[in-house]
Amino acid sequence: MDVAFTRQVLDNGLNVIVHEDHRCPIVAVNIWYHVGSKNEQPGRTGFAHLFEHLMFEGSEHYDKGFFEPLQEAGGMVNGSTNADRTNYWAVVPSNALEIALWMESDRMGYLLPALTQAKFENQRDVVLNERRQNYENRPYGLAPMAILATLFPPDHPYHWLTIGVPADLHAASLEEVRHFFATYYHPRNASLALAGDIDAAAALDLACRYFGDMPPGPEVAPVRPAAVRLTSEARLLLEDRVELPRLYVSWHTPGLFQDDDAEMDLLADVLTSGKSSRLYRQLVYERRIATEVAAIQNSREASGFFQVIATAAPGRTLDELRQAIDEELARMAAQGPTSDELERAKVQFEAQFVFGLQNVGGFGGKSDQLNAYNVFLGDPGWFARDLARYSQATTDGLRAAAARYLGPGGRVIASVVPRGRPDLAVADSTAGAESGTHDPAPSNASMRGGSPAPVVWS
Amino acid sequence: MSVDRSRLPILGPEPHFRFPEIAKQTLPNGLRIWTIEQPGLPVTALIALVPAGAASDPSDRPGLAALTGDMLDEGAGGRSALDLQEALGRIGASLDTEVGADATMLTLAMLSRFTGQGLALLADILTRPALAEHEFTRLRELRVNRLTQLRDVPPSLADRAFSRLLFGVHAYAHLPMGSEPSLRAMTHDEVCAFHRRAYDPRRTTIVAVGDASHDAMFRAIADAFSGWAPGAGENGSSAVPGTVAPVVGSRVAIVARPAAPQSELRIGQVGAERRTPDYHALLVLNALLGGQFVSRINMNLREHKGYTYGARTTFDFRRGRGPFLLQTSVQTQVTAAAVRESFNEFQAIRDTRPATPEEVALARASLTRGFPRSFETSEQVARAVAQLALYDLPDDSFEQFVPRVDATSEDDVTRVANRYLQPSEMITVIVGDPDVVVPAMRAEGFPEPQFVTVE
Repeated sequence: MDVAFTRQVLDNGLNVIVHEDHRCPIVAVNIWYHVGSKNEQPGRTGFAHLFEHLMFEGSEHYDKGFFEPLQEAGGMVNGSTNADRTNYWAVVPSNALEIALWMESDRMGYLLPALTQAKFENQRDVVLNERRQNYENRPYGLAPMAILATLFPPDHPYHWLTIGVPADLHAASLEEVRHFFATYYHPRNASLALAGDIDAAAALDLACRYFGDMPPGPEVAPVRPAAVRLTSEARLLLEDRVELPRLYVSWHTPGLFQDDDAEMDLLADVLTSGKSSRLYRQLVYERRIATEVAAIQNSREASGFFQVIATAAPGRTLDELRQAIDEELARMAAQGPTSDELERAKVQFEAQFVFGLQNVGGFGGKSDQLNAYNVFLGDPGWFARDLARYSQATTDGLRAAAARYLGPGGRVIASVVPRGRPDLAVADSTAGAESGTHDPAPSNASMRGGSPAPVVWS
Repeated sequence: MSVDRSRLPILGPEPHFRFPEIAKQTLPNGLRIWTIEQPGLPVTALIALVPAGAASDPSDRPGLAALTGDMLDEGAGGRSALDLQEALGRIGASLDTEVGADATMLTLAMLSRFTGQGLALLADILTRPALAEHEFTRLRELRVNRLTQLRDVPPSLADRAFSRLLFGVHAYAHLPMGSEPSLRAMTHDEVCAFHRRAYDPRRTTIVAVGDASHDAMFRAIADAFSGWAPGAGENGSSAVPGTVAPVVGSRVAIVARPAAPQSELRIGQVGAERRTPDYHALLVLNALLGGQFVSRINMNLREHKGYTYGARTTFDFRRGRGPFLLQTSVQTQVTAAAVRESFNEFQAIRDTRPATPEEVALARASLTRGFPRSFETSEQVARAVAQLALYDLPDDSFEQFVPRVDATSEDDVTRVANRYLQPSEMITVIVGDPDVVVPAMRAEGFPEPQFVTVE
């Protein structure tokens, strides 16, 4: 199962990757800029994402917003920012490839002349609303930032959420937008993938025409934060407008494509995917002490973190859940999964992987994946090797990974409980490390007290 | 060669697209089998469409269809719930059970080398579910707990309050998940009886999309399902929900969420059924009003005012007349202003600022040129084809889509805007902070907000 491609590096440093797939008369234009919230500084968080919004507001030669011409051509358009990268994509009928390239190149080369204070302030309001909608006004929505702020020390670039802190967003200026653009948004820091119903040579020619004459831009120094290890267990308490308490247990783990990253993915599947998975069966199906449980390996470029998240059934405490989770993880660390469990997890990954190949564009489609491999590994042709990471995993490898990373020593345990019910939390929890996240509007969750949780990084 | 940036490139000739060809057959037991060949990747998508959804719930048992749908894979064909889950896991198949207003849809996506095993499991799930009492008790408890949690989720509160206020005692008045009192009162016998009544080969359609021939897919499905015996009753094709009692006058309802930083909004009225001859004109109207990014309402509320992360409108086309609604979430302080702007837009598109030729051309182009995009994956194709079965649409519906949309004029858009958008009869639901929202709504001159709760 492989994806044939051609890659060309233009003189200005832009990576262009082309892949033909003629099943549907559409083409995906996907571009990654290797910049995310981990390139930000404390006090200036949320900027990479705010900037992403501005990329849709028009550029010098087409200053009426990015959407209209592509919508008119029958296309679909979106973008996203995470800690490590920002991506933009359009999926258009194959006859509209040139329009998409024209638009994409215009905002790479000529964004700033069209940028105004009014656009900037409007999109800052939009982003503040995005934050209210997805974090402040959502049950359990403030847990992620408290957890990250405790998992990672204040000077570590994974300490904050990509959405940022309102005070930082308010402090951002148009001048910083200009500086950010000049630093990160240029051919040398970008990777462009075209996939779909196209002729590879003709598509490469077009890409050269539209992007080839842009200046390369300054070299971007990679962000390589020092490895972090928690040497103690931190217990956070958050009170929120929720009916049922929820437990988050988080550990540091290897980053994306690093050794044991695939093992952690497979472990997450063995633990919580489907009724017969270890933790779901224990907590939800048999003992009924939880209403839901999920495990996830958050693979990031520099390092990862693994989480087990469980919501207590009415009348149950989070300590009961923690204990049950600890027992199961201890069993996994001692004995590993059965070979049947591992085989099921592997075939799930294989199936999901092949399903993903059905889309040329969009988040996780082939063009996005070509760029992911290219930006993080320097090789777009990593499909087969990626799949092999999973197919070659062993039960003992999973056992060893569970033992190495998921111990009770260094981890963050966050309890989110209904207001006024700290008794439902894991014992000895203290107020979460607040990092000035509050909006002027009354927020939905509060962290009790204000003293930072006792946590030691090394 | 340098780039001419003085104008956008001209669009090349439209690429040719062939819509999936559907081969239809019917088994002696009445089961309809529709297959579509989609070569390219070793994946197969199966959909079992049973035309019984939330609208088939007895009036005192909202949530029965959904709980029955959820019970299907809690043990079947002699396997326990856990064994069945493991059997699906061993072939990497993902089963998705979706209970909507008009239908229950089971989707099974898998690698093609497992199609035979997948079909056998799907047949067990659909036709031989255990429906064991202890699993029913467990699942009901999970559903009640889920409803408890949803009391704190603003979009869920808004959707439930909006449906109830809009549809009153009509079959569309409740969401598939039902209510806590109904679930607590529900019995195991009721689930078994619903399954007997609703799940019948004469009313079911299986859609298969895969990299195999029509014949091979048909034979595999026939093997798995030919033993399914029709029920005792007559072949009752599922009823189309009847007409809705009209709303008299505009109403505003509030679900209190003190100190909420945002207000979750729903504004709308009863819209249209999927088979309406106005379908294509309504799609064009919706696209330019609030159905896509560059639409009046999103551009106004998000891009000009900065009130929200996004706003959109939808005609939820169903077998009967589904809702038309605007959905958004806005900063608390601007709630009344956002509602006012929304009503202004509904009024404007009717008369003061009717759709312009440019807007209509943009909406038409976006709908027609974007149409092939929704036939890329096997699951997308299966879902599109299942719509034909659910709404009894003619076989050439896909081919007719582009010419019908293209035939929509500005006058058509204005006509359907006037026919389907009546601001004076719209319902507004606000989940938000009453201390801020109620005085602001009064000051804007809206009807006095009524406080409602969601059970």
